[in-house]
Amino acid sequence: MPRNGKANGKTNGKGSGHWIGQRFKRKEDPRLIQGISHYADDLRLPGMLHCAFVRSPHAHAVIRSLDTASARSVPGVVAVILAQDLEGVGNVPCAGVLPDLKTPAHPPLARERVRYVGEPVAAVVAEDMYAARDAAELVQVEYDPLPAVVDMEKALAKDADLVHQEFKTNVAYVHPLKNGDIKGAFKRANRIVKERLVNQRLAPVSMEPRGVVAQYLPGERTLTVWSSTQIPHLLKTQISLMLGLPETSVRVVTPEVGGGFGSKLNVYGEEAVVPWLASKLGRPVKWIETRRENMQATIHGRDQIAYLELALKRDGTILGLRARIHADLGAYYQLLTPVIPTLTALLITGCYKIPAVDIEITGVLTNKMATDAYRGAGRPEATYVIERMVDLAARELKMDPVEIRRKNFPKPTEFPYNTSTGVIYDSANYQMSLKRALDLAGYTKLRARQKAGWKQGKYYGIGLSTYVEICGMGPSSAMPAGGWESATVRVEPTGKVTVLTGASPHGQGQETTFAQLVADRFGLRPEDVAVIHGDTAAVPYGIGTFGSRATAVGGTAVYYATEKIKSKMSAIAAHLMGIKPDGLVFGNGKIATKDKKKSVGFGEVVSAAYMARTLPPGMEPGLEATHFFEPSNFTYPFGAHVCSVEVDPETGETKIEKYVAVDDCGNVINPLLVDGQIHGGIVQGLAQALYEEVIYNEDGQLVTGSLMDYALPKAVHQPQFVLDRTVTPSPVNPMGVKGVGEAGTIGSCPAVVNAVCDALSPLGIKHIDMPLKPEKVWRAIQKAQTPPAAGKRSRAQSRARRTA
Amino acid sequence: MIPAAFSYESPRTLKEALALLESNPNAKLLAGGHSLLPAMKLRLATPPALIDLGRIPDLNYIRDTGDHLAIGALTPHAAVASSELLHRMSPLLAEAADSIGDVQVRNRGTIGGSLAQAHPNADYPAAILALDAEIVTLSRTGEHVIPAREFFTGMFTTALSANEIITEVRVPKTTGAGAAYKKFAHPASGYAVVGVATVVRKHGNAIESAAIGITGVSGTPYRATAVENALRGKPASAIADASRRAADGIEAIGDTFASPGYRRHLAMVFTRRALETALARARAK
Repeated sequence: MPRNGKANGKTNGKGSGHWIGQRFKRKEDPRLIQGISHYADDLRLPGMLHCAFVRSPHAHAVIRSLDTASARSVPGVVAVILAQDLEGVGNVPCAGVLPDLKTPAHPPLARERVRYVGEPVAAVVAEDMYAARDAAELVQVEYDPLPAVVDMEKALAKDADLVHQEFKTNVAYVHPLKNGDIKGAFKRANRIVKERLVNQRLAPVSMEPRGVVAQYLPGERTLTVWSSTQIPHLLKTQISLMLGLPETSVRVVTPEVGGGFGSKLNVYGEEAVVPWLASKLGRPVKWIETRRENMQATIHGRDQIAYLELALKRDGTILGLRARIHADLGAYYQLLTPVIPTLTALLITGCYKIPAVDIEITGVLTNKMATDAYRGAGRPEATYVIERMVDLAARELKMDPVEIRRKNFPKPTEFPYNTSTGVIYDSANYQMSLKRALDLAGYTKLRARQKAGWKQGKYYGIGLSTYVEICGMGPSSAMPAGGWESATVRVEPTGKVTVLTGASPHGQGQETTFAQLVADRFGLRPEDVAVIHGDTAAVPYGIGTFGSRATAVGGTAVYYATEKIKSKMSAIAAHLMGIKPDGLVFGNGKIATKDKKKSVGFGEVVSAAYMARTLPPGMEPGLEATHFFEPSNFTYPFGAHVCSVEVDPETGETKIEKYVAVDDCGNVINPLLVDGQIHGGIVQGLAQALYEEVIYNEDGQLVTGSLMDYALPKAVHQPQFVLDRTVTPSPVNPMGVKGVGEAGTIGSCPAVVNAVCDALSPLGIKHIDMPLKPEKVWRAIQKAQTPPAAGKRSRAQSRARRTA
Repeated sequence: MIPAAFSYESPRTLKEALALLESNPNAKLLAGGHSLLPAMKLRLATPPALIDLGRIPDLNYIRDTGDHLAIGALTPHAAVASSELLHRMSPLLAEAADSIGDVQVRNRGTIGGSLAQAHPNADYPAAILALDAEIVTLSRTGEHVIPAREFFTGMFTTALSANEIITEVRVPKTTGAGAAYKKFAHPASGYAVVGVATVVRKHGNAIESAAIGITGVSGTPYRATAVENALRGKPASAIADASRRAADGIEAIGDTFASPGYRRHLAMVFTRRALETALARARAK
């Protein structure tokens, strides 16, 4: 639904200015759609070898023996390596630091013990991938299986089996966050609403799995690593540290990256092993992850169990929130594993004024793959629990879920708003987005239809989610490894512009939006601007793309670098025109005075900069500027989602009828791409609500190891989305942008669950944990409909009492 | 996702295929490959040889042979789903085919391959059973006709012997009867958690007969004879009660998506829904 302007920005006609805000089609897409671009697996280097990993079939076991003889005898096999061969290779790094954090050693290949299904124990290298795979099957590993620690709550028991003996506990850390008079809040409360809410474990499942190609040139002593990553520069540094190579010898390149959702905001053991093999063997080595490996050994997300208590006044005013959250970290840490759940604490008050909080997060080690950042990373968990709790409170107080929300929103005049969790919301108007969403959804009509439906045995439900989230990550003081971003803008001698960004887009479309931004500032066309990213040899050191930061932080760096060149070009233009450089405007390929009476061609100024004969005295030649932007705060996009569902009481199936999303991500560079991010985000949040769930059985075996079992959402599962926007610019950056990569995921999940629980409210059902699989919903309905036996209340009723 | 090594044969005639099967007793026949190849890529299946039936001409057809319709074993699901002939004279099979997997699967997967695979959650078996179809095979000893009710013998097992190739499926014309396939699809795999196919004949206001095939509930697809018996000669109002017997005497399978108890319940619900739809489509004699 085009809202402002037409796709491909032909609206202004003159090719000058005003590219920001245009629905411009992605420059990336033609090459991707035609299949003529290059992902890691498309790279074919002369003499390239292929690598396959041997992985643990056990969740927890001692490695008794390893025999590689028959694997080595497979024709075409070049090497089979074990942990002991990697002497001197560093452990897989974790950048997360917390007080008293217990950090297990995480070798790239398992030593002595394996601690999750899929943990690599050996690597095989062969002339082709068939030989590598065949040989991997022949590596004989004898295991002594140990009891697996699977259930994170049982793992907390005093006599629980241990994932890491040396810690004598499975508790990795306890992270408290307390503020305000929590005791007083609960003492003064008229009502206390309690619930246990589960954010199940999810698999990111990017369309392209991971992949690494490495080449070491012994003459030049340079190692080049092509990796499907979101953080090429950080990866370069970590590879040099893990392999003990000077950082100046390592180059990381991201080919096309087919999605990451946070799973490639990481440094994996394979990213050390494959380059190590390439340098030892003196030949390029390629490893492409299979989907099964992707399910087993790429990070998972979420996996939190929260015990919540909300203290309320009779009129719905929230006085305080207690949260005890258990977070399943898995067996080892990846880059950010332990700190992701702490983001949940920061955002747990949502868009409500909650003066007192008492939060405690317990990180738990289990025999599973590590959890880490997955689209939203700690924030969807927070939004889910607060949005569910607010709905439960509304039910308890017999209030409309709209009213309780309105009652607790900070007023627009209260921004920047300091939360009791210690963050500062930059700007918002929660009332505005909620009102817009309710109007678009026809809320009053939906409620009327719901009442009528209940009388006919139809279970219609309406779910709201009013969310805020933390984007634009972030100020460096709050980030584990720098929160700034870099950009270099270079006007080439022909007048074309090259932008080098430290951000590492992998589907977000910054090749397009940054080109729009720069074209807009220079008065050029987006096709005059090329955006280069993901090559550490070409791009100044940067941080990467995650946490909805690329535009708010990376884009701002581009903005400032562009401004630096503009002021230099203004000075040259003024010198050429013989006037003062103040207030010159860029547009239509010219640099002109405000009254347009005098102008000089953009190209003329560029020539002057490079010919360097007519420059103002003392000015450096060339037209290149670099800027490192350090944001003063995060940005806080927000919005309101409204979802209406019908639940089939016979099967427990949920059908989403209407989905309205009103999101506010500040100013928008390209509405087309923002809509795309919201669409995809909603789908992923809705999938957590209804379909997706990583299941390990009691032995720690991964039951959902393929896409035949793990239910990714499909097009046929989706409703038509009705999208709209409000625009509340961020004061944190000059463009007023906030970020939109994760908003849809964060906002949508609770809206769907709230809708289903609302639909079943006449049955006395208060809560069902995600995913709302049909059988689970059907069983809840069955229980609620079963007439209570004499002296025994139904589960739903007794739960209702308990919550009261 | 790299299969173990295997040899590959591409016979041009059925006779050649049979000879190859004879000399490679552990070989697998390859049709659309949509079940076999994924299993091989995960190394769950490691056949030493594949005999690809794809180059054998004239196994891809849908013909009216007078008293029934004949469908060649290599006919893809998409062709079955869109066959005008089937829609007019025996629409149940087309309706079932249309619900299989996704577009890619329907374009590649074949009726013969699906039946030989006998996946417990496949769609075709329910329809094949409800239609009392016949599976025509060829072996060195000649042509055999296996009635649908004798074909499925267990999970992934059939009455086919090792040296036998499915060549054709024959379905009766169901003109005048009402037919329907109702399916509860697994959100990940698209397979039938439960699938119920039925052919209902109407006499006046009464149900003359109902044939009901059910897939997904048990390891082996079955005819819901208890429901069929309870409906014979009964009015439409009997459907709700009769459908409660849809899983009578059946040992249901279960997984993390649907437990045995839930599957039995779904069998009842979808049997009722299929019967109601089929009855509404039937013409009274």
